[in-house]
Amino acid sequence: MIAPENKLGRGEPAATTRSRQSIMDRLRSREIPSPDLGPIDESRLTVFDDPLSAFLESLKFVGGEAHLVDHPGRVGEILNSIEAFGNAERICSQFPEGVQGNVDAGAVADPHDLSTLDWMIAGGEFLVAENGSIWIEGATLPHRVLLFIAQYLAIVVSREQIVSNMHQAYARIGQPKSPFGIFVSGPSKTADIEQSLVLGAHGCRKLQVFLLP
Amino acid sequence: MLPIVDHPKAARDFVTDESRSQWHDDALWFVRTKRDRQAGSVPEWEYLRERASAIKTETIANLADYLEQFEANATARGVVVHWAADAKEHNEIVLDILRRHDTQRIIKSKSMLTEECGLNHFLEENDIDVVDTDLGERIVQLRGETPSHIVLPAIHIKKEEVGDTFHTHLGTDAGASDPQYLTEAARGHLRGKFLAGEVGITGVNFGVAETGGVVVCTNEGNADLGVSLPRVHIACMGIEKLIPRLDDLAVFTRLLARSATGQPITSYTSHFHGPRDENSELHIILVDNGRTTLRQSDTFRASMHCIRCGACMNTCPVYRRSGGHSYRATVPGPIGSVLSPSKDARSHKSLPYACSLCGSCSDVCPVKIPLHHQLLAWRSELVGKGLLPWSKRVSMKAASTLFRHPTLFALAGRMGRTSLRVLPRFATHNRLNTWTKARELPTPPKQSFRDWYAANRDRPDDKRRGDQ
Amino acid sequence: MSVALFVPCYVDQFYPDVAIASLELLEKLGIDVVYPGGQTCCGQPMANTGCNDDTAPVARRFVDIFADYDAVVCPSGSCTAMVRHHYGSYFDDDDVAFRHVREKTYELCEYLHDVVGIGDGIADQAGASIDVQFPHRVSVHQSCHGLRELGLGSQSETMSESPDKVLSLLKLVGGIQIMPLQRVDECCGFGGTFAVNEADVSAAMGRDRVGDHLQSGSEVIVSADMSCLMHLQGITRRQKSPVHVMHVAQVLAGRNVPVTSN
Repeated sequence: MIAPENKLGRGEPAATTRSRQSIMDRLRSREIPSPDLGPIDESRLTVFDDPLSAFLESLKFVGGEAHLVDHPGRVGEILNSIEAFGNAERICSQFPEGVQGNVDAGAVADPHDLSTLDWMIAGGEFLVAENGSIWIEGATLPHRVLLFIAQYLAIVVSREQIVSNMHQAYARIGQPKSPFGIFVSGPSKTADIEQSLVLGAHGCRKLQVFLLP
Repeated sequence: MLPIVDHPKAARDFVTDESRSQWHDDALWFVRTKRDRQAGSVPEWEYLRERASAIKTETIANLADYLEQFEANATARGVVVHWAADAKEHNEIVLDILRRHDTQRIIKSKSMLTEECGLNHFLEENDIDVVDTDLGERIVQLRGETPSHIVLPAIHIKKEEVGDTFHTHLGTDAGASDPQYLTEAARGHLRGKFLAGEVGITGVNFGVAETGGVVVCTNEGNADLGVSLPRVHIACMGIEKLIPRLDDLAVFTRLLARSATGQPITSYTSHFHGPRDENSELHIILVDNGRTTLRQSDTFRASMHCIRCGACMNTCPVYRRSGGHSYRATVPGPIGSVLSPSKDARSHKSLPYACSLCGSCSDVCPVKIPLHHQLLAWRSELVGKGLLPWSKRVSMKAASTLFRHPTLFALAGRMGRTSLRVLPRFATHNRLNTWTKARELPTPPKQSFRDWYAANRDRPDDKRRGDQ
Repeated sequence: MSVALFVPCYVDQFYPDVAIASLELLEKLGIDVVYPGGQTCCGQPMANTGCNDDTAPVARRFVDIFADYDAVVCPSGSCTAMVRHHYGSYFDDDDVAFRHVREKTYELCEYLHDVVGIGDGIADQAGASIDVQFPHRVSVHQSCHGLRELGLGSQSETMSESPDKVLSLLKLVGGIQIMPLQRVDECCGFGGTFAVNEADVSAAMGRDRVGDHLQSGSEVIVSADMSCLMHLQGITRRQKSPVHVMHVAQVLAGRNVPVTSN
């Protein structure tokens, strides 16, 4: 049996096609009954009366820093008051109305060239109250590595764009719009050395979240 | 043939090293308490567990259809989907992809599936440089060890020991053991590796049939760094990791990190739907390696629900005190003791007995695998396969006979109590009597309860059923 | 209402006072209880080893002996759990005697709480109560079978509340002081043959439990399962620790400390 050619213009090797068949045969050889799943009971799911407060609490718990700002200019002001920002040499900003960067990521062809990036200011789509996370659409980033390779990360989101829980989050995301999407919750971290929490494992050392109106 | 794992023997050094064993136990109990706090903060926690279990049951029952759906949707997005019947084939597929791209250096984030397949070893034998980027995995890799926990690979290693390893391999200060300092050193060391990596390999936490996408959850951001720089991303996925719809992810992302490490969610929950751009590739390797066989078993099918959170290990009083290496299995602890015998019952026959049947594991499992019942069921299976030592079979047969004859039972009991009273201590409390290694034997009473009852309460009409 | 007392094999032979106390307790509450003399064991040791063929005849014999009674009461969570949850494979689904015995076998505290209605039980029986004094500091060891298989209380892992039946009975005892533990329901490490198979881990688990009870300032470790206590007492005696062990039945029946537990 010759498998259809894949996107790379190569036919699938015969071996994996045979394996596919044998796996499928084994799976279909046994009919396993299962009760009808039905939809999830939404009345059981916790929804917050004040999702923003819940978000702020969750973000703090996961080690992120929140700033409620009422106009874009404040973002730049607050960033400039942070020592690590003041000392930064290479900054990429996707929020020019708030803060100017000096690295045009869109003009960079090879993401490896972003390795010396100090700060990344990205835009988030919405907040998730129960776990302090922010959904970011990959399509909004010229290179997805920007979120991880910068030493420090700031995300700008409107505080109106908020959901209580992951069920509402996925309902809002709907079908995937880009090859990459991510929930970012707090800075990069690890506790792999004797359960001691260290912020800033491989990704950003700190996370600033700016909540616009 | 794999060597037979004798868990008690394999555990002895670790558990009898009181200071290390207690330190390990405390560390994991701490993770368990963090889990409790998170679970307690979600009022619908038990409902989520029910729902997750139901989703997994439905998916596994209809796995062929869902896999087809997944493959079609992934392929439509430009993903190359491969099928591997076993570990060997998985490794060969990976190597084939690497060879086609003339790869010499790969960067990997944590994947228990690749551990299961022995991928690192295989690639290194084929002259490919493999760097594990999860900090815990990197630590064990540099030490030439295997991970002892599926989520916290280096939980058995003290910070001083990490310091020594990093001093040797990374050039950190001799004697330095501050986790912040060591992590910073690893950050710098691994940055270089990320930038030099030619292909990124990750595991998969969840595959979504409806969209053909895969989800990877990390705290360090290493998976993302690892696949956002190179042009080729290989995602290795056990077929049981599939869930039907994107919406179902809500249930699992709410349960996973809370169960695993006591966090509401991991720092990064990345969704990959197709390759990055027209010059990049995303390969997903679907791996069977015994899963379809496991699915045939009515008793053990539920173990396929496992989302590899490690909560069962954190709560298991045996695992906490004996350490993950004592199981000599890729996946240790309660779930490992259910999965490993299905691969090789003879080699892993002591694992279902490395359990006091306390049931705590079943209670913490986010997908409601009845682990302690499955461990008990494995014992029957092993006896059925003739794998129980002959001495135990004989003693159980003897016990059964005794229990069917009350007069004989009463006599044996009386003799036992008498000998215990009469024999000198060295005859009863010695190395041959395992009980007495750490415990005193009970003080034998002169009279059993049945003796007392006969003397104090017996009524003529009580002599009914079963008396002899 | 005819009630049969089911006495675990090792309690019969090594801890008869636990059975005597159970009997006296039930009698004092006005319950007509008998001890069918033909009983020996529920079969758990063989079942837990995986020897189902050896368990089957013992299980069938058990049902045979106890089928005629309205209820079967047992001062052991693990033995009760064996009958209620692990007898299924030895009987046909429509075996009337088996279904009766399975439904009507109760652990002692469960029986007192749910059926007799003592403590914060639902049914209230006028005149039925515990009226004893035990002015001591006591810590409760929750047996795994009692807790997780029979639901004798809330499990620390699950986020659902259930009444703590053992504790509700102990709280009726005059002068008793319940001391808090650091790990409220960690396994003691007995686990039947586990205690001998995995001797090192079993001992480590037991020592840690004993340590927890000691740090609480307890004078007496109380449990609804004598098998756990047998293991813990083996350790306290080896360590020469100043803490006693007593079965719940002994406390509720008005025994004093120290108790020669056999």
